[in-house]
Amino acid sequence: MSTVVEKKEKVSVPFDYNKYLRPNKLPHIWCPGCGHGIVLKAMLRSIDKAGLDKNDICMVSGIGCSSRTPGYVDVNTLHTLHGRALAFATGVKLAKPKMKVIVVTGDGDALAIGGNHFIHACRRNIDMTVLVMTNATYGMTGGQYSPTTPLDAIATTSRYGNIEPPFDACEMAKVAGATFVARGTAYHTIELEKTIHEALVHKGTSVVDIIDACPTYFGRANKFKSASHMMDAIEKDGTVNVKQADKLPPEKLEGKFMRGVLHKVERPEYCEQYDMLIREKATKK
Amino acid sequence: MADRKKRLLQGNEACVEGAIYAGCRFYAGYPITPSTEVAEGMSVRLPKLGGKFIQMEDEIGGIAAALGGSLAGLKSLTATSGPGFSLKQECIGYACLAEIPLVIVNVMRGGPSTGYPTGPSQSDIMQAKWGTHGDHPVIAVTPSTVPEILSETIRAFNLSEKYRTPVIVLYDEILGHMREPVELPEKGDIEVIDRAKPECKPEEYFPYDDRFLVAPLAPFGEGYRFHVTGLNHKQDGFPTNDSKVIDRNNRRIMEKVDLNREEIWKNEETMLEDAEVAIFTVGSTARSARFAVNELRKAGVKAGLLRPLTIWPFPDRAVAELAKKVKTIIVPEMNLGQMYHEVERCAKGNCAVEGLFRVDGEPITPAQIMQTVKKYS
Repeated sequence: MSTVVEKKEKVSVPFDYNKYLRPNKLPHIWCPGCGHGIVLKAMLRSIDKAGLDKNDICMVSGIGCSSRTPGYVDVNTLHTLHGRALAFATGVKLAKPKMKVIVVTGDGDALAIGGNHFIHACRRNIDMTVLVMTNATYGMTGGQYSPTTPLDAIATTSRYGNIEPPFDACEMAKVAGATFVARGTAYHTIELEKTIHEALVHKGTSVVDIIDACPTYFGRANKFKSASHMMDAIEKDGTVNVKQADKLPPEKLEGKFMRGVLHKVERPEYCEQYDMLIREKATKK
Repeated sequence: MADRKKRLLQGNEACVEGAIYAGCRFYAGYPITPSTEVAEGMSVRLPKLGGKFIQMEDEIGGIAAALGGSLAGLKSLTATSGPGFSLKQECIGYACLAEIPLVIVNVMRGGPSTGYPTGPSQSDIMQAKWGTHGDHPVIAVTPSTVPEILSETIRAFNLSEKYRTPVIVLYDEILGHMREPVELPEKGDIEVIDRAKPECKPEEYFPYDDRFLVAPLAPFGEGYRFHVTGLNHKQDGFPTNDSKVIDRNNRRIMEKVDLNREEIWKNEETMLEDAEVAIFTVGSTARSARFAVNELRKAGVKAGLLRPLTIWPFPDRAVAELAKKVKTIIVPEMNLGQMYHEVERCAKGNCAVEGLFRVDGEPITPAQIMQTVKKYS
């Protein structure tokens, strides 16, 4: 007997963003040319791919442009104080470990005013995904320099060029003990989606530094012709995927940020350790 | 009841017992003298009860994590002292506006600044009221014995859960570290209040439902997907620039306390019926005052004591009524006059108000109080 297998068209179902958004809270507050919306999109697609239940997700943020993200997402959302997202998130996660906690923060929020919480969240290895939208700018207050602003860059508080060396959020996360550290950009959207997904399914503190330049303040102050020129220069040409880095000569890597998964190890997760403690002590009394 | 075992407990240990009794199952904090024993005690007790303890990286992290724990549905506690209380202030304001139940213990020590960590003080009376920016509701309770630290900690949780607002337990280093026999309450002895949870469908839920003075609070992760922010917000929890809504909400959070003052106030009156001179004080200073009143009565001086166990909201009416009956109210306090001006405000000139202040890290003695009473009687 012979059977004929008919030819089938691959049906592509458009992604239903409204499943995860609060449409009546849109439009968002971000400026034209800002990459935060691209990051939001990648995050929603990653959440979907990870198969997470909206009722089990708690999205926590601090203060700043990026920290407005949770307001648009239809999960349990907590918009906290400047720098404190990780501390609030630690409380939520420890109190209810079944929840998937995602922290959405900016470089000023996570690395300056919240720097101490950042270090210690990484050290504890509590199961949270931390998305740091790094735009080297305090956007909400009008364009001051941040802990990731490059040397010599112009900001409203570094009119003569920034004299403070920036630091690298990924290196910081790694040495502090985060068990998953990666970098993406708003330019490399597909790669970013994959990276965030990998972070979401990782057990432990996962940090994704997302380079996501600010056209309104950083871009204009530093004479980029347009948002897309700035994106090309900073996100596309200013970064190299870590997998390609080996093949490139050192001069091609100079001054560039590595993208992709930069560090991944297994280490006991905080809430699991605590639950073991409860099991041990609750029975002994 | 009669054969209950009494235990010799330190004030800070009694605070732990009170919190556990009240159903507290989450503690986050940072070590600081003279409150550290609260954290130590909670770290031992909570895991045995399936509760969670975490020592955070700083004072701010301590209160922030406790607020996260509360939003996830667990009754939460943090404890600190003067400088740590200062650091927690921004989060206290957040709890007031976002209406998150939380109990904050402040074991007062000498200040300002690092001051005198091991010395007693009552210099955070005003910090408790005005420490965070903006108009905000404040409830603060002031126990004066070790058993009262236990019962007032329970009352603090009850008030916090009922009114969805942070409540401060204020006591001084003397009480934190002194030991007294305490009868531990058994289940059912003292009322325990839990926050109201919504009964409506998730799609009909507003975390700041303006039909209520205090809206029910859903825990995170149970199907009610709502938004919490420190920005002025609408009843759905989302930020607003609508001046009418901002005005209404800012007034409502104050009304939660103002309209329920009768229930929140708690005063103890000792020999005030025929008193000519009244003493108004709290905490360990009230212990010296009670001793002084007894001695003065023996000497024929008509002295009495008004001791508030709720210092905020301030016992306006009790002081106003007292001022009409006595010649003088004396306000001894381990600061340079924080309650004194409040008493003067409430007395409205109906009697003289005199202060007795001490900021050398030593307690106010009964002898000092007796001397002051005699001077003004």
